Amino acid sequence: MYQDVIIAGFGGQGVMLIGNLLAYAGMEAGSEVTYIPVYGPEMRGGTANCTVVISSEDIGSPIIQSPKSLIIMNQPSLDKFQPKLVDGGIQILNSSLVDAAKAEDRVTTYTVPANEIADKLGNTRMANMVALGAYVQATGCVPLEQVKDSLKSVISERYSHLIPKNAEAIQAGADHVAEQMK
Amino acid sequence: MSEKKRIFIKGNEAISRGALAAGCTCYFGYPITPQNDIPEFLSTEMAAVNNGEFVQAESEVAAANMLLGAAAGGARAMTTSSSPGVSLMQEAISYMAGSELPGVIVNVNRGGPGLGDIGSSQGDYFQSTRGGGHGDYRTLVLAPGTCQEGYDMMIEAFDLAFKYRNPVLVLADAIVGQMKEPVTPWEPKAADNHGAEDWCIDGAKGREKRLLKSLFLEDGALAGQNRNLQSKYEAMQAEARADVFECDDAELVVVAFGSIGRIVKSTVRRLRSEGKKVGLVRPLTLYPFPSEVLRDLAKQGKRFLTIEQNCGQMVDDVRLSVRGIADSEFHGHMPGDLPGSDDFLAPIIKHLED
Repeated sequence: MYQDVIIAGFGGQGVMLIGNLLAYAGMEAGSEVTYIPVYGPEMRGGTANCTVVISSEDIGSPIIQSPKSLIIMNQPSLDKFQPKLVDGGIQILNSSLVDAAKAEDRVTTYTVPANEIADKLGNTRMANMVALGAYVQATGCVPLEQVKDSLKSVISERYSHLIPKNAEAIQAGADHVAEQMK
Repeated sequence: MSEKKRIFIKGNEAISRGALAAGCTCYFGYPITPQNDIPEFLSTEMAAVNNGEFVQAESEVAAANMLLGAAAGGARAMTTSSSPGVSLMQEAISYMAGSELPGVIVNVNRGGPGLGDIGSSQGDYFQSTRGGGHGDYRTLVLAPGTCQEGYDMMIEAFDLAFKYRNPVLVLADAIVGQMKEPVTPWEPKAADNHGAEDWCIDGAKGREKRLLKSLFLEDGALAGQNRNLQSKYEAMQAEARADVFECDDAELVVVAFGSIGRIVKSTVRRLRSEGKKVGLVRPLTLYPFPSEVLRDLAKQGKRFLTIEQNCGQMVDDVRLSVRGIADSEFHGHMPGDLPGSDDFLAPIIKHLED
């Protein structure tokens, strides 16, 4: 098993948090994982992104130039990363902020209105969790329950009261994609 | 060694935790990106875990001299910095080598020359492996490419420092420092300071006084000290290690260290899946350099390509290792540009087919 993903959005959309969560869940599921954030000048103004690799064997490069999958939280991220996605790759688009008509035919695209779904659950800021749930459902790279279980390990104690809501958001994203996969 | 659960941490934190597991009780440093997670972590944990001392010094020059002082007292002591800061430490490191003091220096290499940038680079290979400061001396140099190696090599670094009474450099880079991976923490056996109580300065009550120095003015004394040091560096050669991957039937052997070594591993795997006969040697020690491993491969008729994120430094050691039998081509990835495994496909294929 091998999967890599670039998760990209505006700074503040929580892309680093869901990258951490995905990698942590992968580790807890027994896989090898790497997580690397892109920091420095690139973070200012443009997109924030991180890369996660999940594999059953030891991981070579933690930096991926032709990703097998993407989680795209905003329009500039689609413009930047879709051209790098491998043919036949999988991408999750946050259709609340991304023009889904821009999705290319050479890749498999799942759309999820992450902000709207998160809004309905009570907080727009959980859009990242909705998108992650959608991604895990679409790729099956880690068990969904493992991701929810890992929330307590990546969310600081101060915010631990938000864990049940975040788990709901993950499930809502997964349910949305499950409909598209039928 | 007791096995524990895997924890998910940055390379910088793995280095910090490895130092604590090694029994380090003194940390001196001055902030610089991309290694700030180390002093941040140790500012609380040094006291909490090892009941040790954490000092944020006024400069890198001061931090390195504090390291010298603590080492002279026989303590397990360390400093950490990144390239421009490590340049400032070179005077003290030379004095430590001259007076045979054990200490650990971590360099989380960033772009250079000058202030460069805060991205990853391997531009400090020469500085690390040729001594770095003035005079004829060497430091042992370990090069982690994974977070686990960051942890393990800190334990090894302290042991080597006391075994040889010599500074040990751990040369990481911004990729290793900033990435997160699972790490299995472990506790080594009780720290062995290899008889430090017989030379360290810990108060002369009831014994002859001692003097630790790097100044040898008496007739013949400095020549004698240099001979001592050279025979010590000769003995260190036994510590050379490398990770050898898919070299048995390889026509071309790529030599790459640290984070670039692991990135190249992905490229090698991909080329292997296409039936290309390429292998990888990833030196784990940079001084001593694993020359024997490369020389043995050269004798089998392999060709070599050295890949580094600099403009050509380790390639000199590869060429020296195989001299008289083979040579090495070179591909440099410019510091300032983040590398990925795709970047190395074309150069490897080119040299494979040459």
